[in-house]
Order: sequence, then C-alpha cells, then structure tokens
Amino acid sequence: MAQVTLDNVNKVYDNGYHAVHDLDLDVQDGEFLVLVGPSGCGKSTALRMVAGLESISDGKLTIGDRVMNDVHPKDRDIAFVFQNYALYPHMTVRDNIGFALKLRKTPKAEITTRVEEAARLLELTELLDIKPGQLSGGQRQRVAMGRAIVRRPQVFLMDEPLSNLDAKLRVQMRAEISRLQHDLGVTTLYVTHDQIEAMTMGDRVAVMSKGQLQQVDTPQNLYDRPDNLYVATFIGSPQMNLLMGTLALDGTPHLTVGRHRLDIPPSVVAARPALRGYDGRELVVGIRPESLEDAGLDSDPGGVRSIEAIVELREGLGSEVVAHARFEGTAPRVEAAQRDPDATLTGEAGVELVARLDPRTTVKVDEAARFTVDVENLHLFDQETTLAIRD
Amino acid sequence: MTTLDNAPVTGGAVIGPSMEPVGQRTHRILSRVPTGVLWLIVVLWTVPSFGLLVTSLRSEADQISGGWWQAFTDPSFTLENYDKALFSPPGGTLPFSDSFINSFAIAIPGTIIPIAIACAAAYAFAWMDFRGRHWLFIGVLAMMAVPVQMSLVPLQQLYSGGAHLTLGGSTFILIPDMDLNNKPIAVWLAHTAFGLPLAIYLLHNYIAGLPRDVFEAARIDGANHFGIFWRIVLPLAKPAIAAFAIFQFLWVWNDYLISLIFLSQNRDASPLTIQLVNLVTSRGQGTELLPAAAFISMVVPLIIFFSLQRYFVRGLLAGSVKG
Repeated sequence: MAQVTLDNVNKVYDNGYHAVHDLDLDVQDGEFLVLVGPSGCGKSTALRMVAGLESISDGKLTIGDRVMNDVHPKDRDIAFVFQNYALYPHMTVRDNIGFALKLRKTPKAEITTRVEEAARLLELTELLDIKPGQLSGGQRQRVAMGRAIVRRPQVFLMDEPLSNLDAKLRVQMRAEISRLQHDLGVTTLYVTHDQIEAMTMGDRVAVMSKGQLQQVDTPQNLYDRPDNLYVATFIGSPQMNLLMGTLALDGTPHLTVGRHRLDIPPSVVAARPALRGYDGRELVVGIRPESLEDAGLDSDPGGVRSIEAIVELREGLGSEVVAHARFEGTAPRVEAAQRDPDATLTGEAGVELVARLDPRTTVKVDEAARFTVDVENLHLFDQETTLAIRD
Repeated sequence: MTTLDNAPVTGGAVIGPSMEPVGQRTHRILSRVPTGVLWLIVVLWTVPSFGLLVTSLRSEADQISGGWWQAFTDPSFTLENYDKALFSPPGGTLPFSDSFINSFAIAIPGTIIPIAIACAAAYAFAWMDFRGRHWLFIGVLAMMAVPVQMSLVPLQQLYSGGAHLTLGGSTFILIPDMDLNNKPIAVWLAHTAFGLPLAIYLLHNYIAGLPRDVFEAARIDGANHFGIFWRIVLPLAKPAIAAFAIFQFLWVWNDYLISLIFLSQNRDASPLTIQLVNLVTSRGQGTELLPAAAFISMVVPLIIFFSLQRYFVRGLLAGSVKG
C-alpha cells in the first residue's frame, strides 16, 4: 500500500503539445481517486505518466517514499487496467492472470493458488482454461481486473476500464470494482470521462480540463461547492443553469436576473465575505436544476425569490419532471466562450433553464410558469475569472 | 422458373420460362467468363506437369517411341526410372536420394536463419526506439532492389579471400579469409542475406500492427524487450512467420543459381537442382531419368503447398488488414 504524489508534473510532447500543466495531485494510501474530464484533457496522459508508459517532462512523481520519475514500469509495483483490456490473445485466462507472476519467477504452486484465488474473487473459475477470444466483454474486463489484483500491487491504475461495456454491465462492474477496491484497500487512480462513474466510485474526484487540474474534492463537495464555472457545469446532470445577474447589497441583499428580483438571505452573504466587492456588479449566477421548483408547490410569499419562464419541454420521469423553460435573461458570455470559443451567445434572447420538479407539478408546455429558486443554494461566480465567489 | 408460369401477364408481353430479358442473359453469360478463363489457365498449366508425371513412369524405349499421350492407348508403366534416379544414376551424378537430403540440409537452415534474424529485426524496427531507426529501416527495404546476380561475384571473392584494405604500405584485414566456398554455410549465408529484406519487411508490417496496449500491459507485468519478443510477439506473429517460412523454403529449395555459384564444386553437398542439370549433360545418357528426377525434386514443394495452402492466403493478407 502506498500514497501517490504528483508534484508539479508536466507533460510536453516532442511536437510541442503541452498535455499536462503543473499537475499537483495526492492520492492517499488506500484511497480511490477518480480523474475525470472530457477527452483530450490530459487525464490519461497523467495516468500513463504514473504508470511509466509516458516519460515525465517536468516535476516529481513519488509512490510510497520513492521518486519514480525514471523507474521502469515493472519496478513501480503498480497494475494497470487498460480500456481495451489488452489481454494476451494467445494465452488462456489462467496464463493471462499469472503472466506477471511467472515473469517474476514466482514458484509454480504459488502462481496456481494466487491465480485461482483471484479467479474466485472475480467469478472466473470456470473460464480459466479458455482464451480471451471466446470471452464476452464483461468477462474480458474481469480477466483484466484479475491480472491487476493477482500481483497485489501498491497501486491500481485504471484507464476507462468500463467504457467498452454496455450500460447495464457498466453499472454492475462499477459496483464490483468499488467493492473490490474497498476489500483490497489498494490505492487506486481511476480515469474516466463519465462524471457519473466519477461521482459514484471515487472517494475523491479530480476534475481536469485542457491539461489543468480544476478541483479535487469529495464528490459531494464538488457538487455543492464547485471552485469554478468549469467544475460547476461539468459535475451534475442535467447541468447547472447559468445566467447573468446584478448584485445589490444595500437594504435587503438581492440579485436582479432579467426582470426578476431574488432576495438573498443574509446567511448566504455572510458565508461569502468576498461578495462585498461585487456590490452593484454583474456576476454569474448558477442554479442547480433541483434548486428550481414549481411555485405552485413551494410557497413564496411576496414573490421575492421566484422567476417566470415559458416551458418549452416537459419530460416526465416518474419520480420527477424535468422541465426546460426559456427565461428572459442573459446567458453568461464567459461560460459560452469556455465551451466553444466561436460561440456568440450575446444576442440570444433568453436562457434555457432546466428544472427538476416534483411529479405533482402542473406546468404545461408553451405556458408561462413560476419557479421558486432555492436561494440558500445559489452558486455565484466572477464573470472574468470564472472562479467561485467565496472568501 | 416454373413460378413464372403463374405470374400475371402484364403489358401484353408474355414472359415464358425460356425467355428472360436480353440484358439478364448477357449478364449471366458474361459472369461465367472469368471462371471459364480460370479453368482454361488451370488446364494449360496442369497438362505439362501431368505429361511429365506420365513420362516419368514410362520406360526408356516407350519414351523414345512417342509422346506421353500414347500412354492412354498403350498403357505400360514402370518405376524403373525412379529407382535409377534415386539410387544409381549414370555418370558422375550424385544419387538423388543423397541430393534430396542435401536439399533439405540447405533449405532448412536457409529458412530458419533468416527468419530468426528477421523476427528480431522486425520487432526492433516496430517497437524499439533508437536513433536512426527510420532511415535504417528504409535502408533495409532498399536492399530489396539489389539484384542477386550483381552481388554474386563480390560475395564469392569475400568467401574465398576475405576483405582487405591497403592504405599507404600497410594492409588491414577487414574480414578474414574464411574459405567458405563450396561449403553449405556459403549457401546458407547467401540465402539469409538475400531473403532478409523481404522477411523484415513482411514481419515488420505484421508486428507493427499488433495492438500497443498488449505491449504496454506486458511491460507493466514485468517483461523486458526480450520477454515481450519471446512470449508475446513470436506467438502472435505465427501466421506471418509461417507464410514467410513457406515462401523462403520453396525459394531456397528451388534455387539453382546460388548453389551453382557457391556449391557446385562440392558434389557430395550439392542439392537436387544441381544434380538435375548434371543428369542431362552427361553425354546424353540418363535423359530418360529426367522426368522422374524432376518429379522427385517437386515432391516437397507440392506437399508443402497443399498441406499449408491456408497460410499462403491468410499469411500474406495478414498485416494489411487488421483482424
């Protein structure tokens, strides 16, 4: 067991492409840390640098107490699970799992016991003597896991191990990998582009974008307290709603969004000392879909914390109703620019809001509806720096 | 066709069972042309071989009196020619039973040595990072353009005299005189050298197409380059190795030129192809043995071809299309 530390790690490819910028990351002993981000964000590169499959251009990597920058992959005491499993097609499942032990000159009897133990753990016992070509995707995935656990390494490194499975199997394997990791207590660094995987599996989640680490925290904290607009929109589905608002702190603190006024409880202001500097200025207001509720079901005396919007689409999911509504407000330019540099949302009339409503809601398509806003759980961001406004 | 009889008559045209649209009929006839041409080629190429087989089974007198097709009207066959060719050929010819073994003694090392070298080279070119890899690989491929005939004389000089460089008054020995001429190793080395570029090229294409993940997994599992080569690459490259082995073996087995240059002075070590030629030139004697002798030399290629034909097709396509 060991702790993995990346200290200011950089990766610059020979062609000058800077894939990973100053990455600082700490995976605690026994922790399951998920590295999540869109494709091309450098997460796989970071993982491969930990594995030793890519050289580290700058910075320091330690596993346990040992600096690993120039250590050969086989001497790092790690196991890697590949996206395509990378099984040896000409070997039986037994030989695939036992290959690493065989190369380490482990006695035959011990290889047999350890392979069979791993197979039992993964329910592969009946498949031990067939070749990977005859296995289903899920079974191959298990063999890949078996190959990792049989080594009893200090660290598991997993590169999108579930992305080639169908949806149902993915949910099942997600739970299985989490359980296995928990039982074995091996430090794990897990890469995925799927934020649901990240949220459900990780003890902590590190969000990356364009080679930069955005935020590392527990899944709940990432969701509740995103550090910047990127994390705010990346984590959570449906996405957080973003709109421009103007802050006024004199009298009752309130935000003006579109034609509406949202009163902010003093506790919200008190929790964010930095908000003082934004009096009278525009900022980006983030509202989670579940922070919007049908005003008919959530009383709002005085109407000081509700907005009106035209419902465009109503999706009943049984447990809830997801409503898409057009709101007369301004979408933040900065957010649009972050997603797509060529986007010009300035002239667009209104913002599309997504709300997760109670199933008893009476909102109808093409009609105006009032939504109350859970003002306790607003997210506020600086429109220039895209950082959350806190302290 | 009978169902057409019950088809509704449309537009006044009656389409009977024997009447199909002209376009369809033309298409049907034309689509058979390639098959017909193929059969014609098969017959044209098989008849002489078949004639050779029949002739080899006829006595000397029968062979002189008429062509092999007379065997259809006057069938009389004998194995005498085979017996003579194998065990007591006229003149100074080495018995074919011996030269048959010599051919194996040349073809087997002449196949294994280049493949062993080419596998390692192909792996290195495909998966090892070293300076100048690209240009070295191009250099190897360029060797394919060198005609065998051009290098025969220099090679023979190298074998019999080594290589020396005289600068000022002193001579440096670059390669010592190893006196290899007329020894089997001379032929092995020549076949190795001439077979290598193609072998490296074919195996490189195949090995470079193996999935990178598997190599990375093996590295993490603890394999070094040799371990990856031995335990992963060789087993996975089997189809390509088999395909090239068949080609190289047949090429060496059927080779005449290289054996003639480097080995013909050594009667006891010379292969079938050399002895086949010697059979005719010995004052016209033994001509009747020629068909039988030719067939003896063809037996091995035929067996190899028919038993391993699936590798011919699969192995050469392998690498070009990823499975």
